[in-house]
Parts: sequence; structure tokens; C-alpha cells
Amino acid sequence: MTDANPPQAPSGPGGDLPEPVAIRRHRWTISLIWLVPLIAALIGVSLVVTAWLSAGPQIVISFQTAQGLTAGKTEVKYKNVVIGKVHRIDLSQDRTKVLVTVDLEKKAEGFATVGSRFWVVRPRIGLGGISGLGTLFSGAYIGADTGGSDEEQTRFNGLETPPPLTHSESGRSFLLTSDDLGSLDIGSPVYYRRIQVGRVVAYHLNKDGAGVTVQVFVKAPADRFVTTDTRFWNASGVDVSLGAGGLKVNTESLATVISGGIAFLAPAGDAPASSAPADARFRLFDDKTSAMRPPDGPPVALQMHFHQSVRGLKAGAPVDFLGIDLGKVTSVTLDFDPKTKHFPADVTAVIYPDRIGKANQRFEKRTGNTNPGALLGILVKHGLRAQLRTGNLLTGQLYVALDFFPKAPKVAYDPKLKPLVVPTMQGTFGRMQQQLADIVDKVHKIPFDQIGLRLDDNLGKLDAVLGQLHTKVMPEATSTLRQAKQTLGAAGKTMHVANHALSNDSPLMQNLDQTLVELRRAARSLRVLASYLSLHPESLLRGRRNDAPSVPPGTHSPTSPPTRSQP
Amino acid sequence: MSMTRPAPPTATALGLIGCHVCGLVCQSHEVGRVGACPRCGASLHRRRPDSLARTWALLIAAVILYLPANIVPVMRTVSLFSSTDNTILSGIVELWRVGSPDLAAIVFFASIMVPVLKFIALGWLLISVQRRHAHWPQRQRSRLYRLVENMGYWSMLDVFVVTLLTGAVQLAPFAQVVPLPGIIWFALVVVLTMLASMSFDPRLIWDRGSAMDGKRDD
Repeated sequence: MTDANPPQAPSGPGGDLPEPVAIRRHRWTISLIWLVPLIAALIGVSLVVTAWLSAGPQIVISFQTAQGLTAGKTEVKYKNVVIGKVHRIDLSQDRTKVLVTVDLEKKAEGFATVGSRFWVVRPRIGLGGISGLGTLFSGAYIGADTGGSDEEQTRFNGLETPPPLTHSESGRSFLLTSDDLGSLDIGSPVYYRRIQVGRVVAYHLNKDGAGVTVQVFVKAPADRFVTTDTRFWNASGVDVSLGAGGLKVNTESLATVISGGIAFLAPAGDAPASSAPADARFRLFDDKTSAMRPPDGPPVALQMHFHQSVRGLKAGAPVDFLGIDLGKVTSVTLDFDPKTKHFPADVTAVIYPDRIGKANQRFEKRTGNTNPGALLGILVKHGLRAQLRTGNLLTGQLYVALDFFPKAPKVAYDPKLKPLVVPTMQGTFGRMQQQLADIVDKVHKIPFDQIGLRLDDNLGKLDAVLGQLHTKVMPEATSTLRQAKQTLGAAGKTMHVANHALSNDSPLMQNLDQTLVELRRAARSLRVLASYLSLHPESLLRGRRNDAPSVPPGTHSPTSPPTRSQP
Repeated sequence: MSMTRPAPPTATALGLIGCHVCGLVCQSHEVGRVGACPRCGASLHRRRPDSLARTWALLIAAVILYLPANIVPVMRTVSLFSSTDNTILSGIVELWRVGSPDLAAIVFFASIMVPVLKFIALGWLLISVQRRHAHWPQRQRSRLYRLVENMGYWSMLDVFVVTLLTGAVQLAPFAQVVPLPGIIWFALVVVLTMLASMSFDPRLIWDRGSAMDGKRDD
């Protein structure tokens, strides 16, 4: 071993060594082992390529808050299928919003288009139910919905609440106009014959701020029942009616009592109308009754000047025509009349002539005049006047009554004025008040002071007169009375004497009695004589015969014989 | 006795060749492919054939696969409501965060540090051998090689963790561990680096001078 050291360097005995075959074989083996990194590289490249191919677009969604979102973890789901993942969460430049960068998957390319909507799914508890309960444990995720468009978009405004309907739902949406939103909210149900067929999907103030437009979505099978004359009404709340059948409580469903809802129906009896187009506009009525009423037609504005207090008359008070609710008062203001220095109440109202019904149509047919002012002109000529009447004696609520007063004085009327001015009449209550006032006025005019003074004066004089009477007249009267008493006593004595004279045993009476007896005897004798004479009239000449009966036995009395001397 | 000398004579210089299987020493002055061992029949070679090329190839393959092994998630943890995919690095971060820094350190050492160190060490060894930088400390390089070879197995730790968890945690709706393609790439990396270190012939560290040139380049 140690001996072999010196020939180390020059040991290459370059004799007959070249073997080209071996070299070729060697090279072949080298290239085989290099397949390993080649395959590895291919694998790597294929991984990169598949990753690149499967990478979808990157979008940025802005939210109000990033609550529950985690970069690299929070998923984006559509119908609970993962279509992407949150890549980064940043604040916007002005720090008002959160910008969430999302890596969408390749298959979800269609979500990076105009109209796509994104919202954060969190547990929510509302009147309509509980949603997103699964996210209590799994954490929030971003929900997505396609917009159905092909136009690409990479920046989105995230919704704060889940949209009430997804793009894939078939049906139609309609626009309802209303004065206010009431208790409606996004997601409030829409009922057709008490079956829930849709939802409120959006609402916004009208551009002029006067009114609200509510967008409702009616799902597919039921949307064909929305026809051009369908009426929508607000089904919120409870409708309690007391009728002949008893107390009736009417409501769409318990949920609407609390959270509100909308119902619709086509008025019964109408000819089937054509189906309404999508996004058709309807009016949202306050309740079913007003919704089902025949259409009001165009309104007509009226103006009335009342020369009386309008206390109790409020905007919204009904305008009544022969018992039919024609319209309502829209405003009550005071005017000033510089001539009379009065403040007449200026009341404007809106009426719907179509509510009169046939009368209006008939008038229009006959005259061919559709101007409501003309009809009113004729009515005014026949004594139509507006009058304030008390609707409720307890609260003093007033309403405007249009009624006929044939004796009302004629007034000028201009059918072209806008608003139409209707002449007014003092109200019954007001008139009574005025009459009362007149009476009070007259009473007030009586000079009670002077009357009182004079009465006092007269009473003083009367007192004096009475005093005189007492001092002067009374003694005289006393003496007069005394004298009268004496006179009466004397008269009594006279009477006594007379009485005495007339008593039975008085000589006068006895004389009289005897006289009467004598007179009776004389009368009898006379009668006997008369009868004798009638039987014997010749006796007057010849005298009496002897055989003649002297006197009938019954009439024989001591006083009867002496009548011979009488004739 | 030979410590003071620059280098002892090599077997090649003496025309000797040892069988790697049975240890029989034969005498041969042939270069290149020598033949079979007369005792056990194994093929004889002076150095591992194509050691550098094979090592390089396997090492490069391992490095290439190391990228997807770390980028692609290795494990999916499914709980009742959520499912999380973890790469090796995110798993370590997760471990650290949930309060097991010791475990995280072990996994980090075995799964990240060891492969990377192996790449660097093997690469350095290969370059140093190719450049014949004899003045670089041969003894340390040799020791480094032994370290690399012994350490390599520990990288399989991560693979075993995933395998064991997959087998153990299968409570379907509540908890589930699913292996993902990343772990295959990672296992391949470990296997390839082990093969690379095995195909490296540490005797090349000690070869120097023009004596080896011809044989190695063949």
C-alpha cells in the first residue's frame, strides 16, 4: 500500500483503452435517472396549470361591516355550494366601508357579472322566522345570487340583509304606490285568498317625496291572477266590524297583525281582465273595503267659504251628498275679507263625482258635457249649498254636507273656476246659535237699569199712597163700618118685627086665615050657583024651585050657603 | 501513522475493489464497469455508478415537489358545521395558536426545517464534490452527510400524523379528517430526498486530484 504511493499521478497507462460503446451505454443510463426530476417538474407544472385554470375571477364586495368575516376562511356560497373564498379584507379609502376581496372559483365566473348580489349570512331572528341558524357554529358566510347578465363586473355593493327572492325564482314583480309604508317591510308577505304567494322585495320613496313605491314579487303560479283590474290593499292589522250578524274580526293571518302584509284580489263580477305585465303599477289601498269600491274616477277640487267657526272640522272630514260619502276635506284655512273685515273659513275639499253613480253618468249622457263644473252649476241653481253639520254631538266633529235649499238666495256660480267654488249655507247648528244670539241680543237691549229705577220710584210712591190710606182712609172706613153695623142692627130689628108679624099665631096670620076660609066658602057657593044656573037657567027669571037639591052632600060646609047675594 | 500525510492511497490506485454486499476484496485494474463479485455475485463498482447525476436528479425532483407539497393543503378537518383545509405551514400556525407551541416546534422542525436543510446540505455536498474544493473541510462534510442521512427519516413525521389522524378521527357528522393531495407530494419529497442522500457516494468527498476524473466523468 505504502509502496504504491509514488506512481499515483502518472499511472494512466494509455495503451488500448477507448471503449465508445461503454460511453454510449453510460449516457443512456444518465438520461434515465433524469426522468425523475422531469416527472416532478411535469407534476409541478400540471399543478400550476390546473390551479391557474381553476382560478376564477377576483371580485371586491363592499360591506358596512366585516363582522363574522375572516380572510382566507369565510366562504362564498350559492345555494349552499361553495363558489369562492374571502381572500382579503380591507378598509375603503374613506374608511366608511369594508372591502372584501373574494377569489371566485372558475365555475363561478358567472357571478362576476352585473346584477349579482352578495350579502353576509348571519343568524337572523325576525318576525318572518329564523334564518342562518347554521352560521351560529360555522361562522358567517357570504351568500350570492346571480343577476342573469353577461356583462362583467368586479366591484359590488354588498347587501346588508339577504334579498327576499333569488334570481332563479319565477314570477313577476309589481309596483304599488301608497301614501305611506305602513307597517310593511322587505319580506312582508303577499296574500291571494289568504295563501301566501309573494313578498315585498323593495320599497323606496318617490322622487318628489310624496308617497312610497312598494315593489312586490308574486311567485309563478299565482302571478297570473294579477290582472289589470286587480286591487291591492294593505292587509296589516285587524278589521273588526260590528254588524247585524254580530262581531266579526277579520285578518289575513296572525303574522300580518304584527308585521304587516299585502293582499290582492280582482273585484268579483268583473269581466276577466288580461294578465298584468311585469312591473305594472297599482294603487295600494288602505283596506279591502276601499280597495273593492268601484274606482273613484278623477277627483274634483272644491272650495267653500264658511262664515262661521269651523271648530271640529278637520282635514279628512267627509263631504256628504244626500248621505253618500262623496269625498273629503283636504284643508281648512282662514281667509280675510277686507270689505267686511271678516275671517271666512276657507275649506277646500276633493270629491269624486263618479261616486254619485248613475246620476253623474246620466247627466253626462244627456248633456254630453263631461265637465263636472257644469253639473255642479245646475245643482247650485237648484239650491245646492254646502253646509257644516255636526257629525258627532259629543266630540263636536263637523262634516260638510251638500244639500238642497230651495229657498236659498241665488248666487253667482262660475263653472270654469278651479277649484270650483260652492256657495255655502249657515249650518243648522250655526243658525240656531245665531238665533239664540239674536234673542240674547234683544234681551240685552232691554233697559233693565231704567226699568229697575222706575220700578223703585213707583214702589216709593206706592208706599206713600199706602201710608195715606192707612192714616186717612182707614178711620173713615171704620166709622162707616160702624154706621153700617148700626144700620144693619136696625134692619135686623125690623126684620124681627116683620117676622113676628108673619108668625102663625100672630093676629095678622089668623085674620088672613079666616079671610081665606071665607074666600073658599064664597068660591064654593059661587060654584054651586054656577052649576045650578047651568041646570036651571030659567031660575034667573023665575027664581028658585023648591024641589031642587040644595047642595051636594060633599061640599056642604058652614060657609057655603051665603052665595045668594053674590050674582 | 498516516494522519500527517496529505492523503492515503485509494483502493483504485492499488487496483483493489471491494464488494458492497459481502465485503470480499478483489483485485482489478479495470475502469468503469468491473464485473460481478466472485463470491456473492453482486455487481462490483469502485464508486456508486452515476452518483452525482442521480443525486442531482433526485434532489431537483424533490425540490420541485416541495413547492406543491407546501402550497396544496395536506389535510381537511371537518367538524359539524365547518370544514377547514390546512397546508403544512397553516397547520403549524394553527397548532401554535391553539396553545401547543412545543408540538408546533416539533412539526416545524420535522416538516419544514429538515427537508430544507437536506436540500441545502446535499446541494452543497454535490457542488463541493463537483468543484473538487478539496480545501473545504472534508471531515465536516462527511459528518454533515451522515447527519443528513440519519435525519431524513424524521420528515415522515407529518405524513404519519395525517395518516394516523385519518384513521383515528372518522366520526362522520361530527369530526372527520381527510387527507388531501398535498400529503402525497410531501411524502414524495421525503422519499426522494432519502433516495438522493442514499445515491450520494460520500467517498467522493475524499476523492481529489485528476485520478478520479476519468472514472467519474465516464
